[in-house]
Amino acid sequence: MAHAAAGNAFDIGELAGMYVYDQIDRTIVAERVAQYRDQLRRFQAGTLSEDEFRPLRLQNGLYIQKHAPMLRVAIPYGLLSSTQLRMLATIARKYDRGYAHFTTRQNIQYNWPRLEDTGDILADLASVEMHAIQTSGNCVRNITSDEFAGIAPDEILDPRPMAEILRQWSTFHPEFAFLPRKFKIAVSAAAEDRAATAFHDIGLYLEKDAAGGIRVRVLVGGGMGRTPIVGVVIRQDLPWEHTLTYVEAILRVYNRHGRRDNMYKARIKILVKALGPDEFARQVEEEWVHLKDGAGLLTREEYDRVAAYFVAPVHATLPSVDAAHEARLADDVPFRRWAGRAVRPHRVPGYRAVVLSLKPTGVPPGDVTADQMNRIADWAERFGFGELRVSHEQNVILPDVRLSDLHELWQEARAHGLATANQGLLTDIICCPGGDFCSLANAKSIPIAEAVQRRFDDLDYLHDIGEINLNISGCMNSCGHHHAGHIGILGVDKDGAEWYQVSIGGADGSSAGRGRSAIGKVIGPSFAADAMPEVIARLIETYLELRADGERFIDVVERTGIAPFKTRVYATPVAAVQRAEEAVDV
Amino acid sequence: MSEIILRDRVVADTWQIHRPEAGTSPAVPAGHVLVPLAIWLGQADVIASRSDVGVWIAPHEDPATLRDSLDRLPVVAVDFPKFTDGRGYSIGHLLRTRYGYRGELRAIGDVLPDQLDYLRRVGFDAYAVRADKDIRDALRLLTTFSEPYQNSWEPPLPAFRRVARGQVTEVPR
Repeated sequence: MAHAAAGNAFDIGELAGMYVYDQIDRTIVAERVAQYRDQLRRFQAGTLSEDEFRPLRLQNGLYIQKHAPMLRVAIPYGLLSSTQLRMLATIARKYDRGYAHFTTRQNIQYNWPRLEDTGDILADLASVEMHAIQTSGNCVRNITSDEFAGIAPDEILDPRPMAEILRQWSTFHPEFAFLPRKFKIAVSAAAEDRAATAFHDIGLYLEKDAAGGIRVRVLVGGGMGRTPIVGVVIRQDLPWEHTLTYVEAILRVYNRHGRRDNMYKARIKILVKALGPDEFARQVEEEWVHLKDGAGLLTREEYDRVAAYFVAPVHATLPSVDAAHEARLADDVPFRRWAGRAVRPHRVPGYRAVVLSLKPTGVPPGDVTADQMNRIADWAERFGFGELRVSHEQNVILPDVRLSDLHELWQEARAHGLATANQGLLTDIICCPGGDFCSLANAKSIPIAEAVQRRFDDLDYLHDIGEINLNISGCMNSCGHHHAGHIGILGVDKDGAEWYQVSIGGADGSSAGRGRSAIGKVIGPSFAADAMPEVIARLIETYLELRADGERFIDVVERTGIAPFKTRVYATPVAAVQRAEEAVDV
Repeated sequence: MSEIILRDRVVADTWQIHRPEAGTSPAVPAGHVLVPLAIWLGQADVIASRSDVGVWIAPHEDPATLRDSLDRLPVVAVDFPKFTDGRGYSIGHLLRTRYGYRGELRAIGDVLPDQLDYLRRVGFDAYAVRADKDIRDALRLLTTFSEPYQNSWEPPLPAFRRVARGQVTEVPR
């Protein structure tokens, strides 16, 4: 059975494996709440204009959207406690419409808060050591990382201490709050890159040298958006204690020389491209010389202090095979199918990580109700150590589930709509909120995801298609990571109508795409919304016909290029085919 | 007469900012005046005899060009054409930490109350708050965050070198 003592509420302080605020952290978040309340008051009183308030509220995660403000809350490097998740559920009930949305950058968004409540929401978040600091705006955003940090068997070292150190360093950095454009940093430290690290403004790969010391491989200039680029390595073998000073040097070069005349050319990737990676690296090194042994040099004491919070909880000594679990796998086909997708390896024998899919057909990808959040929080305590993860694929992970508990967890998850067995499959769609909510969007994305899910609702067929990433963005800002999708869909606006551009062959660096990071190639002219399920069907049929043993969709695209897919998709007009099918049905 | 915040007080501003139109004479007006970087660099030797001339620098300009003049300058101002243009923060920081400037470092232009804490931390000590804003109300925002995480000009040490971290006195619920 579950190993948390039943009925005991979890204190944040009791948790193994999570950073706990000290007086400094608490003071900073409290002062932020006070600062924001004051800014909101001045905005409402008219002494802070709309243009003056906008950058300030954005740096607090607050957008003014189509229907209401949208508040984006940070989940630093994707780590949550059950207590925090319950508070997120409470906020959804108290200030919103009973649900929230997990994003592709390990944040959670509320779509319907009232502007006048936002100060109280931040105060409620602060009470569980959470905040919305720098979740938007032209500043350093939430630091993201591997959702399996600390438990993955392929991990080189735990990336979370460095991610937390970077979170603190970037929080209210006085020099870098008004950068040319948004700035995203990801940290990864495993054989597999599960954080889309190469698609970040700075990507940090932590490695170990021959003596066991931590080294950092530094990538810059990755990103999606209008000009998708895979980041380039500008520094190998940086000793870990120089991480902050090196990042500072990069940001100073960018802050001073990044373009500010055109917001579409303002990301660091444009500067890196314009200077060339070698020249950019030279300027960074030149700047870094002045900083490298200064006050920003990390100390072993500080690293160890932070790392101590992430020490693994004490797992039970369990056999690596559980006979009862094996029997259930053999007897219970739906359970087996779910376990085949949802259950991920764990470094401790007898334990597994479980990915709860937030992608059942008919629910906007990444959406979760307050009731589901409370259930998941309960499970985190009953089937784990009160700790949770959220992934950039917009799913939730229970990181420490015993083999012997998997069946019980599955049954409960099924009762609450959280046991869809599609993790890593075609219907596990990464999707932004799109035109239904977002004022930046050119087109809706949620209805496209739903239409594709309905077309591919046969689980046997889905499993036969196998591992594939379908990513949908409602505009060029690429929140739905369409460039990195094995199939990517981008909503575009043509003369006021919504159209969808399709690309294939993108890859986010994870093992789903064999570890490659690549930008998808556009296959041709855009389609109307109602054509999209058929377009995806043609891509899939092409793949199934072309695939050799064991080849995934992405492998076939890699081998054949886009030509056969393009030929098939555009062979006959898609809408005409649909009409013909409908005629036959009648 | 207009007012500025100098360190932590509101004081009368004695300096004029000289913003000559392009193509006009590079002559330096009389009285306390802050001249553009180009005029300073072009006439530094001539102007150096005057103690009532300072310089202002635009965000695209390189503060390193002032390196040899800094000990002669009573005021260096950094222009913020828009408050969202953050280049001036790096310029201010470099003038203090890299080039050793110790005189008055002033933020001019689109300087708004909510930027003062950050400006102060990177090294500014004078703030020409935009005229339509309440400069006395702005004063209270000069220190918004009492214990910042990072080192900059102020504080010169990051939290992890300043204090013993991790002293949790109570666990919040």
